[in-house]
Amino acid sequence: MSNSSDILVSTRGLSFSRGSRQIFDDIDIDIKRGSVTAFMGPSGTGKTTLLRLIGGQLRPDSGKVLVDGEEVHALKRAQLYQLRKRMGMLFQNGALLTDMNVYDNVAFPLREHTDLPERLIRDLVLMKLHAVGLRGARKLMPSELSGGMARRVALARAIALDPMMIMYDEPFTGQDPISMGVLVNLIRLLNDALGLTSIIVSHDIAETAAIADDIYLLSGGKVVAHGSADELKQSGSEWAKQFIEGLPDGPVPFHYPAEDYAHDLLNGGAA
Amino acid sequence: MKSVMDSLQSLGHKGSGFFERLGRASILFYHILAGVPGLFLRYPLMIQQIYSVGVLSLLIIVVSGLFVGMVLGLQGYNTLVDFGAEESLGVVVALSLVRELGPVVTALLFAGRAGSALTAEIGLMKATEQLSAMEMMAIDPIRRVLAPRFLAGFFSMPLLAAIFSAVGVIGGYIVGVGLLGVDDGAYWSQMQAKVDLHEDIYNGVIKSIAFGVIVTWIAVFEGYDAVPTSEGVSRATTRTVVHSSLAVLGTDFILTALMFGEH
Repeated sequence: MSNSSDILVSTRGLSFSRGSRQIFDDIDIDIKRGSVTAFMGPSGTGKTTLLRLIGGQLRPDSGKVLVDGEEVHALKRAQLYQLRKRMGMLFQNGALLTDMNVYDNVAFPLREHTDLPERLIRDLVLMKLHAVGLRGARKLMPSELSGGMARRVALARAIALDPMMIMYDEPFTGQDPISMGVLVNLIRLLNDALGLTSIIVSHDIAETAAIADDIYLLSGGKVVAHGSADELKQSGSEWAKQFIEGLPDGPVPFHYPAEDYAHDLLNGGAA
Repeated sequence: MKSVMDSLQSLGHKGSGFFERLGRASILFYHILAGVPGLFLRYPLMIQQIYSVGVLSLLIIVVSGLFVGMVLGLQGYNTLVDFGAEESLGVVVALSLVRELGPVVTALLFAGRAGSALTAEIGLMKATEQLSAMEMMAIDPIRRVLAPRFLAGFFSMPLLAAIFSAVGVIGGYIVGVGLLGVDDGAYWSQMQAKVDLHEDIYNGVIKSIAFGVIVTWIAVFEGYDAVPTSEGVSRATTRTVVHSSLAVLGTDFILTALMFGEH
């Protein structure tokens, strides 16, 4: 590990389980300031859970999460809320407040957290909306937006308070090629222009690999591979190969664990 | 033997589930109350909710109040006229409404109209991650979303019950005096003489405040606690109406026994 102040988010020995299912088992992660870091893995590996652990919405069974030097789960509620003001999060479907229009959605965190006069809020909101190309859509309601537009509005809202980092939960899922391209570019552009640190959780390999500096592959509660996109492609890991090339069978089996096939057919009594 | 054990086990499971929910609801209630003082500085939030919880319930309350009052006028007249006491119709109508029907029927209608809407709204906000998004924006959804709705219910319910009773008295007047020929002056003057401010009106108001707290508490809790799927929200909405109606009727019996039981 290089100088610790280069690292914005890190986890040490992070374990988390839901019921009897172990989702993370002793995971160590380091996310560099200013980088775009991606977490990829099959569905159900707890990628979204990881974001919720970093944001303090879930509590780990053991281990710790450090964000900007603060241990997230040791913070009191008020301190956690202070920390969250410096974190933006983009939810899978935008999670815009449906009873407000686009403008009010972006203004929402500013109005809640600052006493700025309305004229200044207006300027800030228009700047954020301009950054995502939706200044002209400010009067629309969330129900009138396409999925891609809703995510861009949510992105404008996430950067409203000028956070130090943004977490993206499956930003590319269900997008057409054009809005996918728009989002991919926006994430990289905003990260570099605003000096953010971005964390992306996704299973869209090509798009994510194109903008990520650093990629973690997660499976079975463990980090199975880590490195830049090129490093992962060249690594000898069977698992990374299967995931990146989308092969149906390999270290991640096609079949759900079951008893022997022939035995099951011949001796099966009950279904 | 096994089936007995199984049913005992499921009974115990249900029992512990009930107390677990009650515990969660109580903690939520505490958090909502903690958020209430801050709301007086942000009254526009509350005004907006009073509009959607209270004002939008007005129509159903007024129409129901009118019909209930008219039925009371008719039934009361038919009974009283046998004893030549139809002049007391005003008292019968007013006392029935102010003591019982006003608060209780209003609360039942309120649970169906406003309670279900609150649960569905909050449950859908949860299902679409809006509440989660607020938390991540460092905004407490209990203070920002739940507390204003709760307070709106708290203020709206007694006002709606008062309107229900007032309209009901007019309904009784229309039928009793207008159609059946009870003396106009007797209707009002007997009512004025026999309806007591403390005994009847205040107790009715206390009831409606209690019902308002119960219904809105159940409604916001069910929404906040809903399983965040479409099925979960629909179940939560149903539970709001069923549980709050039962709770209102049960509480009404207890309050009535305490207020009018023995003198």
